[in-house]
Amino acid sequence: MDNMQKQELASLTLTQAAGLLAKGETSSSELTQLMLERIAASDNNAYITVNAEAMAAAEAADARRRTGQSLSLVDGVPMALKDNFCVRGMKTTCASRMLENFVPPYTAAVAEKLADAGTVLLGKVNMDEFAAGNATDTSYFGPTKNPRDPRRVAGGSSGGSAAAVAEDTAYFTMGSDTGGSVRQPAAFCGVVGLKPTYGRVSRYGVVAFASSLDQVGPLNKTVEDCALTLSLIAGCDPRDASSLPSPVPDYLAGLKGAEGLKGLRVGVPQEYMGPGIQEDIRQNVKKLISDLQAAGALVEECSLPQLEYALGAYYVISSAEFSSNLGRFDGVKYGYRAKGYDGYDDMLRRSRSEAFGDEVKRRILLGTYTLSAGYFDAYYLRAQKARTLIIEDFRRAFGKYDILLTPTAPVTPWLLGTAFADPSQVYAMDMCTVSVNVAGLPAISVPWGVDRDGLPVGVQLIGPALSEDRILQAAHGVEALANSGQIPGQKGGAAHV
Amino acid sequence: MSDYKAVIGLEVHAELDTASKIYCGCTTAFGGEENTHVCPICLGLPGALPLLNRKVVEFCIKAGLALNCKINNYSRQDRKHYFYPDLPKSFQTSQLDLPICYDGYLDIEVNGQTKRIGITRIHIEEDAGKLIHGLTGTRVDYNRGATGLIEIVSEPDLTNPDEVYAYMETLRQVLLYTGVSNCKMEEGSLRCDVNVSIHREGEPFGVRTEMKNLNSLSAAKAAAAYEIKRQKQVLAEGGDLFQATLRWDDAKGINYVMRVKEHADEYYYFPEPDIMPIVITPEEVEAIRATLPELPKARQQRYKSQYGLSDYDANILTVSKALSDLFDQAVACEAPAKVCANFIMGDITRLLNEKALQPEEVPFGGKELAELANLISQGAISSSAGSKVVELLFQPEFAGKAPKAIVEEQNLGQVSDQGAIKAMCQQVIDANPKVVEDYRGGKKQAISALVGQVMKASKGKANPAMANQLLEELLNG
Repeated sequence: MDNMQKQELASLTLTQAAGLLAKGETSSSELTQLMLERIAASDNNAYITVNAEAMAAAEAADARRRTGQSLSLVDGVPMALKDNFCVRGMKTTCASRMLENFVPPYTAAVAEKLADAGTVLLGKVNMDEFAAGNATDTSYFGPTKNPRDPRRVAGGSSGGSAAAVAEDTAYFTMGSDTGGSVRQPAAFCGVVGLKPTYGRVSRYGVVAFASSLDQVGPLNKTVEDCALTLSLIAGCDPRDASSLPSPVPDYLAGLKGAEGLKGLRVGVPQEYMGPGIQEDIRQNVKKLISDLQAAGALVEECSLPQLEYALGAYYVISSAEFSSNLGRFDGVKYGYRAKGYDGYDDMLRRSRSEAFGDEVKRRILLGTYTLSAGYFDAYYLRAQKARTLIIEDFRRAFGKYDILLTPTAPVTPWLLGTAFADPSQVYAMDMCTVSVNVAGLPAISVPWGVDRDGLPVGVQLIGPALSEDRILQAAHGVEALANSGQIPGQKGGAAHV
Repeated sequence: MSDYKAVIGLEVHAELDTASKIYCGCTTAFGGEENTHVCPICLGLPGALPLLNRKVVEFCIKAGLALNCKINNYSRQDRKHYFYPDLPKSFQTSQLDLPICYDGYLDIEVNGQTKRIGITRIHIEEDAGKLIHGLTGTRVDYNRGATGLIEIVSEPDLTNPDEVYAYMETLRQVLLYTGVSNCKMEEGSLRCDVNVSIHREGEPFGVRTEMKNLNSLSAAKAAAAYEIKRQKQVLAEGGDLFQATLRWDDAKGINYVMRVKEHADEYYYFPEPDIMPIVITPEEVEAIRATLPELPKARQQRYKSQYGLSDYDANILTVSKALSDLFDQAVACEAPAKVCANFIMGDITRLLNEKALQPEEVPFGGKELAELANLISQGAISSSAGSKVVELLFQPEFAGKAPKAIVEEQNLGQVSDQGAIKAMCQQVIDANPKVVEDYRGGKKQAISALVGQVMKASKGKANPAMANQLLEELLNG
C-alpha cells in the first residue's frame, strides 16, 4: 500500500469504512494498523493513551467477519473515546494529574455498547482537565493542536475527539458535552458533532462534570456517520436514572440531503447573531440562510430574550455541580496522593492542591462559593429560575419553528497560548452552546465554510427534546449544500480541506 | 438553679433492613471481610451513578405512617457535602427541605403519664463507611457505606433523661414492629444524637450542645442527664455555655468536647441531580398503610379489652414483637390468655435471659405454648410442672416435642386421684400438729402451708386445688 492509498483509506468515512469491511476490501486489522501508525506519527497530541489491545481486538473482529458472525455493520471499525469514559483495565485520566494512573474497574455504558457492536478501541483522547475548558489547553498532558492549523487550539473540552476525527486517526470518536464540549471543538476542527437530548444516551461510567448538563455525543466526519453512531449508543439505560425510556428511531431513514430542507421552518435567534459574533462567521450564517431559503426552507429571524441569562446560569449551575462531583478526589481511595503529609486534612489539602490545575480549582471555588449558605439563593437558586425561563423560551420557539440555527461558536479557533484578560472572556466563547445544555435539548454542529483565514466555521442546529432525527435530517441538508461547492473554502467531504 | 428546665431533641438514625443498599445492589449484611460488600456505585467511583432503591422509600413511608407523619407526595434528595475518609463521594446523599415524612408524633409513657412527642421529620439518606484504626495506620471499610438510613428528628419536646429513655425505647419498639430496621444498637443499626439546652420558663432556649452517635438507650439517658447537670453547673458558676459537639464516654460517664461550633455547619447543600424527584402517590401511601402491622399501643389496648389483661401485663407483653406474636399465636389456638401471658413474662423471659437468647429465638411456637397452657387450665399438670416443661422445651433434645408428650414421658402429670391425695393430706396433717393447731385456732391462711407440704410430698404433681379442698374437709370434719 503506498502513501496515497493509505491516505485514502484513512480519510474514509465511518460509513465507507464499514462498507469496505463488508465487501472484504479491507480488514479491521488493516484499518487499525493504519490508525495506530498515524497516531504515532501525529504531532497534534490528540491521544493520551493508546490501547495496547487494539490489534488483538481488530483481529478478533476480522475473525468474526470471516465466519459470518459480525456483531454489527461497524464491527471492526477503529474509534476512540474521550478520556473521561471509564474502560475497565485502561487508564482513565480525565487529562488530570489527579487521575494520571487511575485504572477503573468497570466500563462506561457507551463504551460497552460500542464494544458490543465490535468497534475497535484505539485509545483514549485528550480533553480539558475534567472537561473544564473550551480549548483542550488545560490538559495535564499538554494541549491538543488543531489539525486544520496546528498553531491553533482544537477547541474543547472534547478537543482530542475532534482532532482525532479531523486528522484521520479514528473513524469516529466519542466526546461529552456539558456546555458545548462536543459541538465547539467539532466546529473548530471542521467535523460534525452532536449533543443528544439529556437522557438520550447513558452517562453511566462517564466521569461527571455537571450531572444535570452532561451528555455523551459522537464526533464524526459526516452527518450520515453521526446518525449511524447515534443509533449505536442511544437508548434507555436502567443504570442512569436520567435516561429516557422513549424508543430510538431510525436516524438514518430521514437523511435526504438538500431535499430534507423543503418546508423546514427555521428560526434564527438574534441573540446569537449580534456584535459578540465574529463578523465573517455572521456573514457565513447569512449565506446559509439564503441557501436554505433557496432549498425551500422557511427561515426567519426570531428572539429568545431569556438566552441572555444562559451563560450566567450555566456557569453557576455547572460550577456548583462540578465542585460537588470533584470532591471525591481526596487522595484516600485512588488517584493522586501528596507525599509526606501530616494527617488527613493535610493529605486532602495537599493532594488536591498539587493534582488539580488552575481552571479546575477556579471552578471548584466558584461552585463552592455559589453553594455557600449565604449565597445559595442569590446564585444557585436564581440560576435554576433562569433555567426554567430558558426552557420556556425554547418551548415557545419550537411552537413556531422546527429547528433553530445559530453559529456554533462566536469565534474561530484562536492561537494556542493566547492570553485572555480574564476567565470570563474565555467563558463567553461558550455563549452559543450552553443554553442547549441548560434546556437539555439536542443540537448538532455541522461545518459550514471557513473564515477569512481559512479556519473552519460550524453552524449549530437546535431542535426540541428527542428530535435528533429532525436535526440530523436538517444537518444532512446543510452538509449537502456545503458540499455543492457554493461555500468558499469548503470542498468535497464536509470535514476535509 | 433548679428553676432551669431542660429542652431535649433527638435525632435518631436507623439503618434500614432492606436486602440491598440505597443506590446499588450490594448486600446490607452486617460485617463481612473489609470492602467486599462494595461496587463502583457505593464506592462513589468516578462516573458511577446512583439508582434509588425504592424499597428504602417504602420503608421510610412505613416508619412515617407508624409515627403518625404526613407524607410528601413530591420529595427529592440533596447532597450534603463534607470531607471525611469514610464518605467516598465527599457528599452524603440525604434530604434537606423536602423530607419524605413530616409532622408526626410518638406517644411515650413515663411514670404512668402519657406524653406526646412531636416528630419533625423523617428523611432518607445513606450511611457512611467505617474507620478502622490499626497499629500501622487507619483503614476504611466501606461495607456499611451507602446502606439506607432514615433519620428521625424529634421536636425539642423532651424535658428529662427518663423521657429520653422512654422515647428511644418506644421508638425502637415501633421500628421493630414495622420491620423497617433490626434496631441492633450493638451493631450500630440504631444510633441517636441528643441535643440539649437549658432555659428558664418563658425565656428563649439556651445554647445547645449536641452529643453524637449514642449507641444504647442507657447511654442516651446518661449522656442527657450528665449534660443537663453540666450546663446547670456552668451557669451556676457564672460561666458561659457555647455551642459544641460533645462525645459521650460511656465507660467514664462523662462528656468531652469534640469541637466547638463557631459558625453554623456549612454543607453546601443542593438538589441531587443524579436522582430523579421522588413522587409518591396517595394510592402508594395507602397501599403501604395497609401493610402496617398492629403497633404496640393498639396491641396493648386489644390485650386489655379482649383478654382482660392488666396495663402492666399488656405493656410487658408488647415490649418485644416476637414475644407478643408468640402470645397472639397461642391465644389463637384457644389457650387461656392469662396463663399464656404468665408463661411469657415469667419462665420464657427468664430462660431467654439465662441463655442470652433474643426474643426471636424462643425454640417453640404458639401451638406448643397453647397446649401447655391448656394442660394447666384443665388441671392436667400443676404450674410448677408447667415451668418444668418450658425448661425442657428450651433444651435441644426436646426441640419440636409436644408438651403433652413431654408431660407423659417425664411423668409430670398432676395427680387428681382423690384417694391418693387424701392419704397424703392425712399424712401432712399428722406430721404438722403445730400448723393444724394454728388453723383450728382461727388462722385460716395456715392451710396454704399444709397445701405446700402436700405438693412437696407429691413432688409437685398433686392437684393443689383438690389438696386444698381435701385438707379443709379433713380439718373441719
